[in-house]
Amino acid sequence: MGAFGHYLSAHFATLRLEFWGLLVGGLATGFIYAMVAIGYTLVYGVLRLINFAHSEIFMAGGFASYFVMKAVIGSSVPSGIASVGLVVLGIVVGGAASAMMALLLERVAYRPLRKRNAPKLAYLISAIGASYFLFNLAGKEFGRYNLSMPAPYVNHTVFTIFGAPVQMYYLVVLLVGVIMFVSLDRIVATTKLGRSIRAVAQDAETASLMGVNIDRTIALTFIIGGVFGGAAGFLFGMGSGVVFTMGFTPALKAFTAAVLGGIGNLRGAVIGGLILGVAESFSVAFVQAAFIDVVAFAILLLILMFRPTGILGERLGRSA
Amino acid sequence: MKDFIKKPFVTHLFSSIGVLAVIELMTGPPGSSTTPTAGFSGSFGERASFFGLFPTYRFVVFLAMAVILAVVWSFWHARGAQIRHGLNTGLATPRAVWQKKPVRAGFLLALLVFAILLPHIETDPYWQSVMVEQIAVFVLLALGLNVVVGFAGLLDLGFVAFYLVGAYATAWVTGALPLPSLFGIHLNTFWAIPIAIIIVMIFGVLLGLPTLRLRGDYLAIVTLGFGEIVTIFANNQYGITGGSMGTNAIPHFSIHLWFIDYAWGLASVPYYYLTLVFVVIFIVAFSLLEHSRVGRAWTAIREDEVAAESIGINPLKYKVMAFAIGAASAGFAGVVTAGQTFYVNPSSFTLPVSINILALVIFGGMGSITGVIVGAILIQSVSMYLLHSPPAGYQSSDLYIYLGAALVLMMIFRPAGLVPSRRRSREIGMAEKGEGHMDEVLTGDTP
Repeated sequence: MGAFGHYLSAHFATLRLEFWGLLVGGLATGFIYAMVAIGYTLVYGVLRLINFAHSEIFMAGGFASYFVMKAVIGSSVPSGIASVGLVVLGIVVGGAASAMMALLLERVAYRPLRKRNAPKLAYLISAIGASYFLFNLAGKEFGRYNLSMPAPYVNHTVFTIFGAPVQMYYLVVLLVGVIMFVSLDRIVATTKLGRSIRAVAQDAETASLMGVNIDRTIALTFIIGGVFGGAAGFLFGMGSGVVFTMGFTPALKAFTAAVLGGIGNLRGAVIGGLILGVAESFSVAFVQAAFIDVVAFAILLLILMFRPTGILGERLGRSA
Repeated sequence: MKDFIKKPFVTHLFSSIGVLAVIELMTGPPGSSTTPTAGFSGSFGERASFFGLFPTYRFVVFLAMAVILAVVWSFWHARGAQIRHGLNTGLATPRAVWQKKPVRAGFLLALLVFAILLPHIETDPYWQSVMVEQIAVFVLLALGLNVVVGFAGLLDLGFVAFYLVGAYATAWVTGALPLPSLFGIHLNTFWAIPIAIIIVMIFGVLLGLPTLRLRGDYLAIVTLGFGEIVTIFANNQYGITGGSMGTNAIPHFSIHLWFIDYAWGLASVPYYYLTLVFVVIFIVAFSLLEHSRVGRAWTAIREDEVAAESIGINPLKYKVMAFAIGAASAGFAGVVTAGQTFYVNPSSFTLPVSINILALVIFGGMGSITGVIVGAILIQSVSMYLLHSPPAGYQSSDLYIYLGAALVLMMIFRPAGLVPSRRRSREIGMAEKGEGHMDEVLTGDTP
């Protein structure tokens, strides 16, 4: 066995040792990525464009829930039913703030271009501009330091799997993620709103002839994406704190997740997010911490080059 | 009530108040993590002078400005088409004169003479260093990105990577990196110019070959990622790049030939002239290129890639060429930066710099060489002025608030830029009318 073999076997040994801990952490990160990825995929589904400013929608949710948590939670860490209430509050506030931000973004940065039928390059540039505008404005207003969110619960170890501790934080993320994904899946598959989203995604012109209000559907798509992004912002903030640049890396990862699962495909976004989160978590065993972001990016590049339609394929129009 | 709200003036008033409120926040005092509302309350509640007439609060001044804006807006809404028509007929002759080649050449010559005399007009050392480090270097970067975005229609969000590679290549060949230098000899920085440019162009090809097969929106995100990776790499490979500490000392430029014996020192002006020479070279080269076979191939690919391919243009080849050629001027910008500041570290090559360069190109007019130069000079001068003598409440990173807003506003109101390229603005107009296929393959309607 050569030097490389030794390198691999040593690192695989680390991986075996840490497997369950890394898996739990990776799944939690993956759920957050997946929630952000939902926003990319939904907007891509109806507008065929990548919402570059989604990172700032995510950030808005993080900041809004941070300020509410800071105002509500006193010096002692709440427990019991109060904790549940606070987590729900954080998600509602984060989701609402991000939905508003998404709506505003659509109205200001996208709709004027859409009305004019602008080339797609214009959307990309406008979105990048909006993103830079928003996060730097946030930096100006809220300072440029990382703020740690007051914990709405005691982050104790709830149980262990094969010796790996599972903390409350991971459980909250997993639970919130599952509930939200299942509800979204049902909404898109069964409600009238879901049908209109799918119709616009399939063929916007025909959908409008059939009486679907396109502007309203697009706005609703942005809102749903915003709610998911905002909830993810809150969950992310509980783990890593909030800062004006918090959106950049998770959004890039989430985009990777959306492409990995097949952009435009909701279930794909979830699967992509989970795979990416876990892959990234496992890569800790192999590369320096500074290069973790490079791993996700390498995955993105490989998919784009060899399977640009992602794992589940771009099932545009059958978003569920 | 509903009729009242639907009235144009009322909607314009509400939108104006919204716009002015945002401007108020942008220009207001900053908040902080402990006082997150200070920025908001200060922006609206601080004492201010009502156009120098009487003291009042900021929000009163801004409300007044919002009313003025709404009036102008409504006026434009009612009479805009008429005014624009009048302007168009009135400006027809000046425009026709401007389009004449000798006139443009004369203008550029006058500009060149002005550029040559500039260091003697502005003798403040701060502004002289700004002319080199911030204006000339960014003109070079904007010219390079213009080849990629403007000519070939490829959105590169990681353009700073070429700048970084140029600077680090200079450090490498002059022996300022931990890495053993090229052939083990420490070259003079001046001779690093061609080598660094070649290295950057090779890097452009290597970066372009895998990524340029992707469609436009993916390309944007992949180049963004590459830009980040190059910085991460430079930041963490202590054995190769010196890591976050940066490089060792890079010697200044100097020439020692038969009878020429000149060394650049600490003063900015000699660097200014050196850079100016190269700016002129790049301008001439890029404008020749624009109207050459290669430039026409870029236009063809940009406007309709499928059609271009069907008449025998190899899109990938020309896209990679655009990357390599655009990278060349960014690489030279890197050499100048390295040679002048005699030391580089990764923190000067971050994503915001890429966005800054993009803003110059978009603001000036993508595809228009005159435009991007004008854009670079204007934006960089203003941003350096703001840095030099900041108005109350302005922090240096607030610049990106303004640049971001500029990008959005340009896309909404003047997508072809301040000095539009004729071809580019026609393409945008056609795309808006649903003719032609500009950017369709670029971003891809079909996977």
